[in-house]
Amino acid sequence: MEEKIAIIEALLFASEAPLTVEQIVLALSDTEKKEIVSLLEGLIREYDARGGGICLREVAGGFQFRTRTDLAPWLRKLKAGRPALLSPAALETLAVVAYRQPLVKAEIDRIRGVDASGALKGLLDKKIVRIVGRKDVPGKPIIYGTTRKFLEVFNLKDLSELPTLRELKDLQEQQE
Amino acid sequence: MSYEIKLDVFEGPLDLLLYLIRKNEIDIYNIPIALITEQYLSYLEMMRSLNLDLAGEYLVLASTLIHIKSKLLLPPAEGDGEEEEGEDPRAELVQQLLEYQAFKEAALNLDARPLLERDVFTRGAASEEEQTTAEADDAPIEVDIFELVTAFRRIIAGLDRREELEIDMEKMSLTDRINEILERLSEEGQIAFSDLLGDRTDRKRIIYTFLAILELMKLRMVRAYQSGPFGAIRLFPAVEG
Repeated sequence: MEEKIAIIEALLFASEAPLTVEQIVLALSDTEKKEIVSLLEGLIREYDARGGGICLREVAGGFQFRTRTDLAPWLRKLKAGRPALLSPAALETLAVVAYRQPLVKAEIDRIRGVDASGALKGLLDKKIVRIVGRKDVPGKPIIYGTTRKFLEVFNLKDLSELPTLRELKDLQEQQE
Repeated sequence: MSYEIKLDVFEGPLDLLLYLIRKNEIDIYNIPIALITEQYLSYLEMMRSLNLDLAGEYLVLASTLIHIKSKLLLPPAEGDGEEEEGEDPRAELVQQLLEYQAFKEAALNLDARPLLERDVFTRGAASEEEQTTAEADDAPIEVDIFELVTAFRRIIAGLDRREELEIDMEKMSLTDRINEILERLSEEGQIAFSDLLGDRTDRKRIIYTFLAILELMKLRMVRAYQSGPFGAIRLFPAVEG
C-alpha cells in the first residue's frame, strides 16, 4: 500500500468528526488536494470492494468511516436505550428549515399550520438547527438554519445534496 | 404554563385536512368545501368529546373553511373588478396545503435516509457532552435577550428564599447602577455578568443590574458575549476606549 494512503487511512481512523480534505492537507503538506481527493476515492472503493463492516463515506464536507447501513440491527442491540431521534413534528420542522433556510419561526408556523416552538427548541437542543442571526424587521425575529451536525446525522455531503422540493412534487404527481 | 395535547395521527390542522382529502379520494385542486368542512368539524367534535384540548390552530382552520364555504355560497359580486371574479376562494388554502404536503413528503424523505445513530454508526461516536465542549472552544457568540433572561432566572432561582422577606433599605437607582457598570467597564475593559452581581444575595441589586444591562444594550453602549451555552456572559464597552 502506498504510504500516503496509509497515512490518510490512519488520519480518518483517528478522527472523531468527518475529516476534510483541507485537514488532510495540513498533515500531508507536500501533496496536492487533487491527489488527496483521488486517494480518498480509491480508499472508498477499496473498502466497498472488501465488503466488510466499515465503509468510508463523504458527509458534511468531509470523510468519515461509518458502519454499513444493513448492519444496523446488530449495532442497535449494543447501543440500545437511545431514544428515538426525531418526532414527526420535529422532522417536518427540520424539513422546512432545511429547505427554506435562513428563515424565521413565523414562516415555519405558517407552512406547518401549527406553532413550531416546541419542535424548534428540540432541534436547537440537539444542535441540528442553529440561530444564524436576526432579521432586520420590527421585532428583530430570530433567523434559523441547519448545522453541520444536520449534514452528519442525515448523511449529506452538503445542502445541495437535498432533493429539491420540486422533484418531490413531481414524484407525487407521478404517483397519482 | 400551557401544555399541548396532540393526537398521535395528526401533526396539525393541515395534516388533518390532507388526511380527509386523501380519505375521500378528492382532487386537491377541487375540494368540495361543504363536505370537507362538515367532516373536519365532526373530527374536531370527536376530539372534544375525547376531552382533548384542541390547539387553537385547529379552530382557526375551521373558521377559514367556514369562511370559504360562505364565500362559495354567495353569488359572485356583480360589476366590480374582473380580477375578483376569477378568484377561487379556495386557492389560498390549496396553495398552503400543497406547500405543506411537499414539506411533509420532504420530512419523510429525510427520515428515510441512513441516519447516524440509527442506521449508521461512527467509531465510538462522541457523546453529547464531548461535542458541547468541542463547540465551546469556538469563537464567542453574541447572546440575545433570552439568554440574559435565562441567566437572570437562574440567579433568582438560586436565591435563598428567606432572603425575600427581608426589606432592603439600600437606596439604589437605575442611573446609579448604569453609571457603576460603565465605570467598571472603562476601568476593567470587560466584566462578567456574574461579577457585576457581587455576592448574589440581594434580589433588588440583581434586578437593577439586569435592567441596567438591558438599558445599556438597548442604547448600544455595551455588548454582551457568551463563550457558549451556559458559559459566562461577558460585557464589553461597545466603543473602544
